[in-house]
Amino acid sequence: MELFQIFITIMDATFRVATPLILASMAGMFSERSGVVDIGLEGKMLGAAFAAATIASLSGSAWVGLGAGILTSVALSMLHAYACVTHKGNQVVSGMAINIMVAGLTPTLAFAWFRMGGQTPALKGDERFHSLTLPFADAVRDIPVIGYTYAELISGHNIIVYIAAASVPICAWILFRTRFGLRVRAVGENPHAVDTAGISVNVLRYQALAVTGVLCGIAGSYLSTAHGAAFIRDMTAGKGYLALAALIFGKWKPLPTLFACLLFAFTDAVQVRMQGVDLPIVGVIPGQFIQALPYILTVLLLAGFVGKANPPKAIGQPYIKEK
Amino acid sequence: MTNRTPALELRRVNKWFGAVHANKDISLSVDRGTIHGIIGENGAGKSTLMSIVYGFYQADEGDILINGDICHIDNPQASIAAGIGMVHQHFMLVDTFTVLENIILGVEGGARLGEGLAKARTELARLEKEYSLDVDVDALVGDLPVGLRQRVEILKALYRGAEILILDEPTGVLTPQEADHLFRILNTLRDQGKTVILITHKLREIMAITDNVSVMRRGAMVAHVSTKDTDRERLAELMVGRTVLLQVEKPTAQVGDTLMQVTGLNFIDAEGVQRLKNINLEIKAGEILGVAGVSGNGQSELLEILAGTISPSSGNIIYKGEDITRSSKKNARDLRKIGLGHVPEDRHRSGLVLPFTANENTILGYQDSPDYNRGTTLDKASMIKACEDHIEKFDVRPPDPNLQASGFSGGNQQKLVLAREMEQNPDVLLVGQPTRGVDIGAIEFIHKQLIKMRDAGKAILVVSVEIDEVMSLSDRIAVMFDGYIVGELDAKDATETKLGLMMAGIADDADTDPAADKGAAE
Repeated sequence: MELFQIFITIMDATFRVATPLILASMAGMFSERSGVVDIGLEGKMLGAAFAAATIASLSGSAWVGLGAGILTSVALSMLHAYACVTHKGNQVVSGMAINIMVAGLTPTLAFAWFRMGGQTPALKGDERFHSLTLPFADAVRDIPVIGYTYAELISGHNIIVYIAAASVPICAWILFRTRFGLRVRAVGENPHAVDTAGISVNVLRYQALAVTGVLCGIAGSYLSTAHGAAFIRDMTAGKGYLALAALIFGKWKPLPTLFACLLFAFTDAVQVRMQGVDLPIVGVIPGQFIQALPYILTVLLLAGFVGKANPPKAIGQPYIKEK
Repeated sequence: MTNRTPALELRRVNKWFGAVHANKDISLSVDRGTIHGIIGENGAGKSTLMSIVYGFYQADEGDILINGDICHIDNPQASIAAGIGMVHQHFMLVDTFTVLENIILGVEGGARLGEGLAKARTELARLEKEYSLDVDVDALVGDLPVGLRQRVEILKALYRGAEILILDEPTGVLTPQEADHLFRILNTLRDQGKTVILITHKLREIMAITDNVSVMRRGAMVAHVSTKDTDRERLAELMVGRTVLLQVEKPTAQVGDTLMQVTGLNFIDAEGVQRLKNINLEIKAGEILGVAGVSGNGQSELLEILAGTISPSSGNIIYKGEDITRSSKKNARDLRKIGLGHVPEDRHRSGLVLPFTANENTILGYQDSPDYNRGTTLDKASMIKACEDHIEKFDVRPPDPNLQASGFSGGNQQKLVLAREMEQNPDVLLVGQPTRGVDIGAIEFIHKQLIKMRDAGKAILVVSVEIDEVMSLSDRIAVMFDGYIVGELDAKDATETKLGLMMAGIADDADTDPAADKGAAE
């Protein structure tokens, strides 16, 4: 039973770490499926994290904070659209510019407003999202395995974790079962086909990027108002890039992307668990090496084990009508 | 039928792109229930005109009338609503979608796909039956051959309720068989009362299928004629503005020594498919050997192996008495040095570097030659001089050696490549698709140059998917099917029927029963 409890604890941590990855990679899926590279997931998350923490602290409501996070992320997404769709700029450059801008702007503003060394004030009470106890969780706790799993693993997360879990089937449904999804997939493969079908390529890409903004906003807000309890500079720590890697690893498909996110999160959870543990034969593995594991895994997976990934054909290319 | 209101009428349409007057005062009237051809050289303004009708561009002046009413078409949606459907030269399809998904894109019929897909499925079954257009609606478009993809495009237009169907250069990517099939479909459409507009630069198609034809030259409409009152020569003259020889005149070949001998050549590609099967060929001085075949039957691989860009899996090539595949293996560069010129099939992919200037392209493959170098640096002046020389001899327009290769029309790009290879005075010249995407005026010129070279005692191998071209140029014809050379015959004995049968793999030698010949011709 001991081992099982450790497993449940690790999985519990995995879910919490995976939440922002899942939301951000679903966000990236809409952008990239519509043909716009979104390396700016990182910046959008960071911006949303800052806005959510700031507004939650000022308003006293985590929900208002979440709204502010989403608005900020959507605004950054529209900036990306304006540069890349309207003005046909380079998508990687625009995304990178957003990342650098947000990375610099957020601690500067935090310092100017709160004088706390680039952080926002710690969130208390209703200012942040708390764990929810699902119905019957306490009643079934003592049922071996199933009940325990329900109470410890399924129950007891904050609302955004559940939103992230729901986002995968919802995004899949939108992408594959609705008109909007069909058009988004088409515009990422062959924008000319969309244009000749009488649909505006630019409007469609703006819409897709707006969806990206919303999802990324939730991911960012989670970091500062649910997972953490304040904004800390660079608190995304590469999660945007990791989400993008998961998206590529998942071949731009919802379910495989979810598994990629869980895998990355799992290595992270194991990593935390393994710090300072004395392993047989190898002894204590240096903490730095263990911390680097998820990233090493990313590189290895992307380099060798993904196999042939077929990205959306028109990705990265601004749409220009042929003469 | 012709007395009724025309299905489509254009009145004095003008369009400028900057300073370029792309369409000059175009008037056109297309009768309902007819197939109307619009013919003209590349750049004559045909595609621009049709893009205006389809709402991709707006005319600067003039009116579009559909069934007698003036229509304002300022986007494709308005055009679709007016009953116009367009089959573009480059298909507007999403490869990763099924046929069904492609067809409903833009007319999904509701925010959720489910019902729309079900409705489309029944409607398509009806359309397929009515116009005998068989396509598996659940197949992925990316898996379909081009002929079927085109059918999907036609279905797409019909599904949107098109009464007027515009096809832009529809046979450019089709094999002769697929093209014939397309013509049968177009005839069915006409019989069912649809109006078809066929844009092409191929005279054969115009004569084969249209009721009326309009000719464009340099942005203007120069003639409207009934197809039965005209012929190929007259149309060619109208298109180019001068008399054109469709059939090259050539003296009898003075055949000399064998310069290149191919024995037992096999080639298996990276995917493990055997592309060439036991190929035997002789290329002789003073003779043009034509290789005919439907595209994708091994000709491309044969050409690349002969030119030294890929290596055969087995077999020998003896060039001037030397085995270039084994003992003294030679690559494309070595072969160029010993007198083997190569004009690749695809000038955009392998013949030219499009963003480079004409003079830079002039030295590609010969960039190490002392003619173009001065010490360690390129001799720009001599490059430009060589290019100017080529431009003059081959009548390349515009005559600007500093223009990017992409700035020339297809025919002029081809002339640049031909000039580069021919001016090196090779002993053997391999030419892939000498006139693909080239205007008829330039075709005549290119054919003349090849004949001239033959008469100078050079050996020439021409690979072409155009039967007419192979027949008019070659002295000897080899036909390829499924990686084999299925037959070789003297050009004098070749007929379109005979070659067509061999290309389809039906007959494997020239002595086919004449009765079977006749049956297959129809």
